[in-house]
Amino acid sequence: MSTVLNSKVPAGPLADKWSKHKFDLKVVNPSNKRKYDIIVVGTGLAGASAAASFGELGYNVKAFCFQDSPRRAHSIAAQGGINAAKNYQNDGDSIFRLFYDTVKGGDYRSREANVYRLAQVSVDIIDQCVAQGVPFARDYGGLLANRSFGGAQVSRTFYARGQTGQQLLLGAYSAISRQIANGKVKMYNRSEMLDVVLVDGKARGIITRNLITGEIESHSAHAVVLATGGYGNVFFLSTNAMGSNVTAAWRAHKKGAFFANPCFTQIHPTCIPVSGDHQSKLTLMSESLRNDGRVWVPKKGIKGLTAKDSVKIAEADRDYYLERRYPSFGNLVPRDVASRNAKNVCDEGRGVGATGLAVFLDFADAIKRDGRDTIEAKYGNLFDMYQQITGDNPYEMPMMIYPAVHYTMGGLWVDYNLMTTVPGLYATGECNFSDHGANRLGASALMQGLADGYFVIPYTIGDYLATLGHEKVETTHEAFVQAEKEVRDRINTLMNINGEKTVDDFHKELGKIMWEYCGMSRSEEGLKKAKGMVQELKTEFWKNVKVVGGTDELNMSLEKANRVADFLELGELMIDDAMVRAESCGGHFREESQTPEGEALRIDDKFSFVSAWEFAGDNSPENLHKEDLVFENVKLTQRSYK
Amino acid sequence: MNLTLKIWRQKNAQDKGKMESFNVSDVSPDMSFLEMLDVLNEQLTRKGIDPIHFDHDCREGICGMCSMVINGRPHGPKDLITTCQLHMRSFKEGDVISIEPWRAGAFPVIKDLVVDRTSFDRIIQAGGYVNVNTGGIPDANAIPIAKKIADEAMDAAACIGCGACVAACKNASAMLFVSAKVSQLALLPQGQVERQTRVEKMVAQMDKEGFGACTNTGACEAECPKGISLTNIARLNREFFSAKLTSDNI
Repeated sequence: MSTVLNSKVPAGPLADKWSKHKFDLKVVNPSNKRKYDIIVVGTGLAGASAAASFGELGYNVKAFCFQDSPRRAHSIAAQGGINAAKNYQNDGDSIFRLFYDTVKGGDYRSREANVYRLAQVSVDIIDQCVAQGVPFARDYGGLLANRSFGGAQVSRTFYARGQTGQQLLLGAYSAISRQIANGKVKMYNRSEMLDVVLVDGKARGIITRNLITGEIESHSAHAVVLATGGYGNVFFLSTNAMGSNVTAAWRAHKKGAFFANPCFTQIHPTCIPVSGDHQSKLTLMSESLRNDGRVWVPKKGIKGLTAKDSVKIAEADRDYYLERRYPSFGNLVPRDVASRNAKNVCDEGRGVGATGLAVFLDFADAIKRDGRDTIEAKYGNLFDMYQQITGDNPYEMPMMIYPAVHYTMGGLWVDYNLMTTVPGLYATGECNFSDHGANRLGASALMQGLADGYFVIPYTIGDYLATLGHEKVETTHEAFVQAEKEVRDRINTLMNINGEKTVDDFHKELGKIMWEYCGMSRSEEGLKKAKGMVQELKTEFWKNVKVVGGTDELNMSLEKANRVADFLELGELMIDDAMVRAESCGGHFREESQTPEGEALRIDDKFSFVSAWEFAGDNSPENLHKEDLVFENVKLTQRSYK
Repeated sequence: MNLTLKIWRQKNAQDKGKMESFNVSDVSPDMSFLEMLDVLNEQLTRKGIDPIHFDHDCREGICGMCSMVINGRPHGPKDLITTCQLHMRSFKEGDVISIEPWRAGAFPVIKDLVVDRTSFDRIIQAGGYVNVNTGGIPDANAIPIAKKIADEAMDAAACIGCGACVAACKNASAMLFVSAKVSQLALLPQGQVERQTRVEKMVAQMDKEGFGACTNTGACEAECPKGISLTNIARLNREFFSAKLTSDNI
């Protein structure tokens, strides 16, 4: 193991690590907590839950979000549900089973101790949310309902219709609102973090831009928590919200926080396909559709085949390729396998729709078998949404779907305490890398966000603060002055380029490169090519981007430019990381690493590690550090869905 | 298709603001309404003109950020969807489309179509929660809740806080928004302890923010993208009267 990285995983049996660690952590006594200030950036599940919990404990919290209200964070869009090892269904679930499924689902690239803790605290999350008034689905007896999700063999997913993320976020929002009312949390809406400030090597504050007035502000604290979500928008098109960005995490990276597994991204197989160059984002259709829908393309490619015309194609001329290749799992193969196969058939020229980048998801057989009413009861709202967006009626013709970027497992490297490699700087939720390995299971993102925010960081941050002392750093300190100047200089540079291309022009180009060469399928040759392309694009950006408007006002053009500048740098690091990881693993396929049948081949003896990248200066290659992954409680197996 | 857009432009909160006309060509029926505005904004940017500012984020109809009055209707001509879910196939060649921000004293315009909705946040801060800390909570199944009640609470909880109800109301009343939260928590056993103080505090804050009175016209329900029912307002009124009869909390 590298000498720099210390995961701080406690010794002892897996099941006892967290409770022992909680006892070993230093605590700040209740009357001293009010002497400490904590900054929380981002108010999604991971941020709002942490900010609220810190406020309840007595810390002074400053929370920041770029949206107009903390209730808008993109956690709100999660549909399916949240996992918890409650075993309410008496079907053999347990903390160990949830832990095992998560490690296995992550293709053995996550840290055992973190995942076990996640499974342990999962049960508390459900209690907490119910107490807040989250209206989870219930059975007729009044007890909580569960469903199975994402191929799990037990029913452990709690849900609130198709709006689980919304309801959990509104729960966390209510908790943070209560602390705002109590004066323990000061909320800064429409504020974007543009740098983290280090004093004596420790994170002591942030620089923000007030998005309404354009004012650059300094905020000082004893610790900084980043809960700023994932970086899926590096691909331009993803299921992320339009504003989701990597800027806060990337600035932290450039100030010394290592970035872990940046190439681990998740591609969701069932999204509504791109309809043209105007496309701004992609919409996810719930994975549950694959329970009844059959995926197919014509055996021989037909250019521009519409869904309407597809019903005329004879059964013998259709290729139900998932059922053919994976007879035991069929249409229910995991996300990565379904996505990769869709890409392959389209690459073969058999894709459908105007762009040729789509496959059919057909409910005709299910409607014939179960009746339209049954299908409507199960998927009515999804069918309506599909028709709303595409104009096609899925009761009469197949849907068209295509994979899209959905989640990023990579993120800032954190130890067991969720602290990055910068003392006093923490990362929670999708912003860190810690729990999902190379592939995240369905209904686990909400679980991790709330676990980190409600039940992990409120304990671990005290250990750091207790040794730090409560002296404050003034924002007149030269470190703040210097960081503010850097932020202002960068904004002025962007404003003064006055080139020919818009920010979106660059963002779309970057997205195309990343999707083509660093998406579902990667090869050494392609990655080399992509690296050159991204470097060129970055150089061009700083010479030829056009940002209009002023600096002292609401300027969404400038906001985007700041974000895309960081995506361009992140893109290059993702390519470097993908290059190093010469194995097929989890959500991604490395063409040089496949079985004779063309399936993904993981290589455990060479790649059982977390890659953690250290920034080394603007024009220098980053340094790679490796955290070796040790598996003491699960046996590594190759996945097979044949 | 080719369209004429008449859009509200206002440089900042102090500016008086006015409608301006723009032409967009080659609009595809598959575009969403916001993608059509993206196309216009790219054109404006290339000409060095400040793009039209509008709030948007998830573009999946759930975050509640998008907020436009299109041809006089909040979120446009179709029922039960937000602006981001509206697609251009709902319009036809040569249409003239007017686009304005939410209009309400309690939602001041920040720039163009962007308004300040923090008054909604302050109403929630006044009492739209259950007073529980993290941890030390009884098991989630300790209190059974009848499915019918849980479903009704969920109907109310589906509110996305976009403010279309306020924009639709001739009095700019926030009653539908406030009643959705009051109902959700009044229905659930977890909300019982603070049932009376909650409704009183939230209504007091709503009045303080300058939202208008409710005269039961039902425009809010008609324009709500999530179909929040007017029944919630009836429940709020009942909760409020009962609280005022029996308590002197605030």
